[in-house]
Amino acid sequence: MTGGLEGPAPEERPKPAGRRNELGIRIDPEAEAARPHRRTVISALVVHEPGVLSDVSGLFSRRQFNIESLTVGPTETDEQARITLVVEESDPGIEQIKKQLRKLIPVIAVRELEPDAMRRELALVKVNATRPDQVAAVADMYGGKTVDASPETATIEVTGAQQKIDAAIEAFSQFGIREISRTGTTALARGTDDTATKGAQADDYQSEITHTVPADDD
Amino acid sequence: MSERASVSPKTAEPTTDQPTDERMDEEQPSEDTRAERKPVTTGAESVVRALENAGVEYAFGVQGGAIMPVYDALYDSDIRHITMAHEQGASHAADAYGIVSGEPGVCLATSGPGATNLVTGIADADMDSDPMIALTGQVPTGMVGNDAFQETDTTGVTTPITKANIFASDSDRVGDDVGEAFALAGTGRPGPTLVDLPKDVTLGETAQEPGEARTPDTYTVQERADEGTVQRAARRIEESSKPIMLLGGGVIKGDATEEVRSFAIEHDIPVVTTMPGIGSFPEDHELAMEMAGMHGTGYANMAITHCDTLIGVGTRFDDRLTGGIETFAPDAEVIHIDIDPAEISKNIHAEYPLVGDAATVIEQLAAEVRESPQATKWRAQCQQWKSDYSMAYKTPDDEPLKPEFVVEALDEATSDRAIVTTGVGQHQMWACQYWTYTEPRTWVSSHGLGTMGYGFPAAIGARLAADDDQEVIAIEGDGSFLMTIQELSVAVREKMDITVAVLNNEYIGMVRQWQDAFFEGRHSASEYNWCPEFDKLAEAFGARGFRIDDYDEVADTIQAALEYDGPSVIDVHIDPQANVYPMVPSGGDNGQFALTEDQL
Repeated sequence: MTGGLEGPAPEERPKPAGRRNELGIRIDPEAEAARPHRRTVISALVVHEPGVLSDVSGLFSRRQFNIESLTVGPTETDEQARITLVVEESDPGIEQIKKQLRKLIPVIAVRELEPDAMRRELALVKVNATRPDQVAAVADMYGGKTVDASPETATIEVTGAQQKIDAAIEAFSQFGIREISRTGTTALARGTDDTATKGAQADDYQSEITHTVPADDD
Repeated sequence: MSERASVSPKTAEPTTDQPTDERMDEEQPSEDTRAERKPVTTGAESVVRALENAGVEYAFGVQGGAIMPVYDALYDSDIRHITMAHEQGASHAADAYGIVSGEPGVCLATSGPGATNLVTGIADADMDSDPMIALTGQVPTGMVGNDAFQETDTTGVTTPITKANIFASDSDRVGDDVGEAFALAGTGRPGPTLVDLPKDVTLGETAQEPGEARTPDTYTVQERADEGTVQRAARRIEESSKPIMLLGGGVIKGDATEEVRSFAIEHDIPVVTTMPGIGSFPEDHELAMEMAGMHGTGYANMAITHCDTLIGVGTRFDDRLTGGIETFAPDAEVIHIDIDPAEISKNIHAEYPLVGDAATVIEQLAAEVRESPQATKWRAQCQQWKSDYSMAYKTPDDEPLKPEFVVEALDEATSDRAIVTTGVGQHQMWACQYWTYTEPRTWVSSHGLGTMGYGFPAAIGARLAADDDQEVIAIEGDGSFLMTIQELSVAVREKMDITVAVLNNEYIGMVRQWQDAFFEGRHSASEYNWCPEFDKLAEAFGARGFRIDDYDEVADTIQAALEYDGPSVIDVHIDPQANVYPMVPSGGDNGQFALTEDQL
């Protein structure tokens, strides 16, 4: 006898009808909808102090958010830094990322950028320079700049949207790539639209924002 | 300090002897001494001054090398330091102090092992959103990063488990750092905060008195919910025919007990609680359906499963509550009130998100709901479920002693305001199910983290936060009690009137129950028949020891233990095979709870 209570057995109990499907599972348009992952850019304005970056990156790893890139740098105000995150998550995941970021004490403002935001990345690509003229031609094609040259190598700086850099690297690969260093995406909203400024909580948790696939800018 | 927290540390109905007045009387002389207090000369004195400014009465901790300057400054302070046997005990005691008093509890530890020993209690407070301050010593700043003796990256270790933590780097600022930690711990959604104190910073000279404790400018809390959403939610409640209120720990932490009670009673809405929400609604009230979830009552789970409108207040919809998300409240539209926006639609999608302070939002809602829902049939159905699935157990004389009987006997022998603390396991569930809670801040347990060993050190913290006429009862399991039993020495030293009832089945009972149900009865490492005799162990510590083996000993022994003025331990030998029912298997359907092993 290991104990137990009295009362109707599970099969004798009424089952709710309403929003359950034939398997007895909740039909919740929000919960049931397919959750495709999408790639988006989140900009966070933070207090420029030691440990903020580790707070942010730690948040991402312990909550298992899928982070593509993270860049950080100072802003027009000495005490503030801007962190730009590229994430690939479902809509609820992206909402959670924004809310969890806002909870961090040194975070001033968080905003998901519109698809038309300017997004740029910088890459340094070091290639074999056996055919320097052709290297220069390819660099030219992608608006790249040769920043270092030696008898064996040439290092080209390319900036632009991630897709453009991917394409440039693809084109450079014919010469034999020795090393690549990329910064990850940094971004700002267009025109007079504030990227993430204190007080401007553009996408509040209560507003329904419609998302579109980001345009490949540039 | 938040306004709410400082206004009313205790929400229990004040008794005639007015404990708050007593407290004010006690504070009077310290106000005088504060006026003539010597100016601070070191960082450590500034730390202690910040604690005094925050009104700290007790601090729990263990001495050590890197924290010595702070202890030296405490020597001259009116703050009463309780030396614990282990830092884990200090963190649980501070946590429980915060739960019972509503003010952040304070714990201290030295660097390295001292700080890491606090970690379990900090994580526990974080999961349950309890206000708590941890002050840790650190090696001098010049040695940080060099793997110095007793060095740990404490802020690094505790980042994921604190609401905020601060590495103090300046003797002139350290007092303000502590003030900020206080403000953050108690404001908005409460939580543990930590200040790491390098020895050179606390030893360093400063004349800087800490300023007013305040949260950083970047920290904002939304008090009032969006009016439009409140109106939509109010319409939904008016139209509802099967409404339920689900009260979480946030109701108690937000001091919203009175508001939710009057709202539920005025509109005749049945009330279910989560485990941390126990005490937010009187369980002897007709509308009370008690606790829902994995080991919640059958009627609470039936009510949740069949409701059409779920008004969740201060709950994060933990998986132990919801079971499988897809079968949780399948017909319900969810109104979710929470001060933390990140809780909205995290686990359960909320059709009506109401972000704000629980008491404020309930008042907003109360002003907007003009007609009570037409739910006579629903309430009758809820009463029917209460009788269909009543919580009962068999007590024939020839059977071993049932734990449920012991919990009920303890409840009967104590007042409504008695505080119960527990460890984690079967005993914790029986303490939820068979004790009738009527007041907030009388149930102190480890909910989210599920920390075995929590119960007894928590009783120490609860004892100091409680009024003198409130009994403190620690209901423990044999395995749980053994994990922090060394704190008994502290209770003996401090002559604390705490009664421990160890529901001893010589098993890690909850694991045994799962092994029986899901692992073919293979009792891997769950048999604890090597447990000491707890009554004799209590005597060795200098406490009183009692033992119960049978029904006829229960009432008298409990009475004797309660009457003993000091810590007493009752080793209660219960039916070793007793299990906790009802039970919803992990991730299961709440409406399909098992009443016996055969139904699992």
